[in-house]
Amino acid sequence: MAGVTGMDLRDMNQDERARALGMVSEQLTGRSMFVEFDESAEERFTYPWAPDVDYNRRTEFDTGEMSATEVNLKIRGLMAEGYGTIVVRNPRGRHSLGVGILSRLNLVFEGSLGYFGVGLIDGPNVRINGRVGWSCGENMMAGTVVVEKNAGSTFGAAIRGGDLVCKGSVGSRTGIDMKGGTIIVGGDTGALSGFMMQRGRMVICGDAGKNLGDSMYDGTIFVGGRIRSLGVDAVEAELTELDKAWLARKLTVNGLLPETGVGHFTKIVAGRQLWNYDNLEPTEKKLIL
Amino acid sequence: MCGIAGLIHRGRDSNVGAEITAMLQALKHRGPDSTGYAVYGSGIDPGANGDLVMRLKVAEQEDMGRGRGIHAAIRDRIGTVDGILAEHGVQVKDKEHATPYALRYVITHTGDLADLATHIEETEGVEILSLGNGLELIKDLGDAATVSEAYSLDGFMGTHGIGHTRMATESDVDIRSAHPYWAFPYNDVSVVHNGQITNYWLQRREMERKGHRFMSDCDSELLAVYTAHHLSKGMTLEDSLRRSIDEIDGVFTYLVATRDSLGMAKDTMAAKPLVLYESDDMIAMASEEVAIRSILPQEIDTWDPYDEEVRVWQA
Repeated sequence: MAGVTGMDLRDMNQDERARALGMVSEQLTGRSMFVEFDESAEERFTYPWAPDVDYNRRTEFDTGEMSATEVNLKIRGLMAEGYGTIVVRNPRGRHSLGVGILSRLNLVFEGSLGYFGVGLIDGPNVRINGRVGWSCGENMMAGTVVVEKNAGSTFGAAIRGGDLVCKGSVGSRTGIDMKGGTIIVGGDTGALSGFMMQRGRMVICGDAGKNLGDSMYDGTIFVGGRIRSLGVDAVEAELTELDKAWLARKLTVNGLLPETGVGHFTKIVAGRQLWNYDNLEPTEKKLIL
Repeated sequence: MCGIAGLIHRGRDSNVGAEITAMLQALKHRGPDSTGYAVYGSGIDPGANGDLVMRLKVAEQEDMGRGRGIHAAIRDRIGTVDGILAEHGVQVKDKEHATPYALRYVITHTGDLADLATHIEETEGVEILSLGNGLELIKDLGDAATVSEAYSLDGFMGTHGIGHTRMATESDVDIRSAHPYWAFPYNDVSVVHNGQITNYWLQRREMERKGHRFMSDCDSELLAVYTAHHLSKGMTLEDSLRRSIDEIDGVFTYLVATRDSLGMAKDTMAAKPLVLYESDDMIAMASEEVAIRSILPQEIDTWDPYDEEVRVWQA
C-alpha cells in the first residue's frame, strides 16, 4: 500500500490524508460531480490497514450470546488471521452487525439482521440469508450486499457506491439521499423512495409507493410495477436501449430478471426544476418557489 | 423513541405475560423510563356472571418516597374507592395489592360502567388503569423484567396483549404518562403508541368538547380517547384506525387491542418502525425484529407494513 501507514495518516491534515488515499477532492459543480484522482499517485485499491485475506480460507461461528460489538470484533479478528470467507450463524436480528468493513471479504449471515446492518462498508461481498431491519447498507462505498428476504425502511440510505440488492420487498425511503451505486429491489418499496437522490441507479421490480423520487437532484429510478405517485420534481423519461441492456444484465446477475423482460420498466429522473438551485439568483429562486 | 410490541394467538391461550415481557425487555434500549402491559387473560369468564377486572393506582411510585403520610393517604383513597363500589352495588369478589400503590379488583357489576369509573376517579390520586372482562393493564416505572416481577406477570395466560417501553419526551416520567392507555370508559380497549402527534391539542380540545376525559398530558392518550370515541359511536376498529390516519397529524405507529382483536395503524410517512410476523396460529409485531426473535428464535419471514397501512387480526 505504497508505504503509507495508519500512523502517517494520523499526522496528516484532511487534505493530505485524502491525497495519500488517492483522492484529491469532490467537486460539486453544476450537474456533475467529479472525483479526481492524483495522477502522480500509485494505484491504491485498499486502505493501508486492510488485512490481507484469502477468499479460500473459510470459517464460521455462531453468535450465541455475543453482543453486536463482540460479533463485529470477532469478524475483524478472523480477518486479521487471514480468513477471507466468514459465515456468521444465528445473528437473530441484532443491530449494527458487519459494519465498517473496509476491505475485501466474503461475509455470509445465516439469519436476519436488525438495524444498520453492514453499514459504512467499502469493499466486502455480503450475503444475508434472512431479512434486514432499517438502514441496511447505509453509506456503503463499494462492494455487494444481497439480502435474500425483505428489508426495512431507509434501505441503502446515502450509499455512494456498490450494489445493494434486496430480493424481497423493502420499506419506505429506500435510497434516501443516495449519492451513487445501485440499489435493486426484487419486490415493492414504500413511500418516498429515492428522496433527495443525487446520483446512482435504483431498480424496483415491483410497485413503488407514493412520492417516488421526491426532490431528486440526479440519478435514475427504474420501476417494473405500478407507481403510486411521483414526488416533487420527479418525471418520467424515455427508456433507452442502453437502459434496457443495463437493466437486463443487472437483473440477470441477481436472478431477478422478469420472464417478460425489462421493456415494461418505467424510467424516472429529475425534472431539474430544483437542480442547480444554489446557483440561481434570489429573484430566480422566487420564480421556482 | 419508544418501543411497542404486540402479539395475538389465534384460537388458543399462551403465556402472554412472559412473551410480552421477553419482547419488551429486548426493546429496553428504546425507552428505559417505564414499561406497560395490556394483556387479555383467560382467567375471567366474561359470561353470565358479569365478572370484571379493575386495575387502579392510588399513588405514583415516586410518592412512596415522600414520607409516612402517603401510606395514610393510600388507606383513605382505598377506603373511598371501596365505599363508591358499595354505593354502586358492586360485589367485590377479589382484591389484591400488586404493589403498595396499585390494586387489582375482581368485581361483579351490571350497572353503568362509565358512571362507576367516573365516580371512582373523582377520588384524588386514584386512576383506573383498566376495567373490563379480559383486559388487565399494568404499567410502572422500570424495565420489563422489573415490572413483570413486581406484578407477577410471568405465567399470565391469555390470547393476546400489547406492551410499551417508554422514553419520555412529551410528558413526565410517571405512571400517569406511561403506556398503554385504557380507552376510558370503553370496555377492554387499550392503546400503545410510538411517535409524536402534532395536532394533539386541537384534537384533545375536540374530544373534551365531546365529553371525554384526559388523565395526562401525554399525546398518546389522545389515541385511546379517539379510539374509544369512535367505537362508542358504532364504528369498527378497522374504520377507526383508517380514519385516524387522515385526522391525526404527526408521525406514529400505534397498536389497539380489544377483547378479541388486535389492530395496527401507521402514519402517512411511515416514519415510525414496525416489523410484522404472521403465521396461521400467531401474529407478532414490534418496533424491532429483535423483539420478535426473543420469542421466535428460529428463522422466520417478517416485513415492514407500509405507510397508511391498517391491519386488524382476530384472536
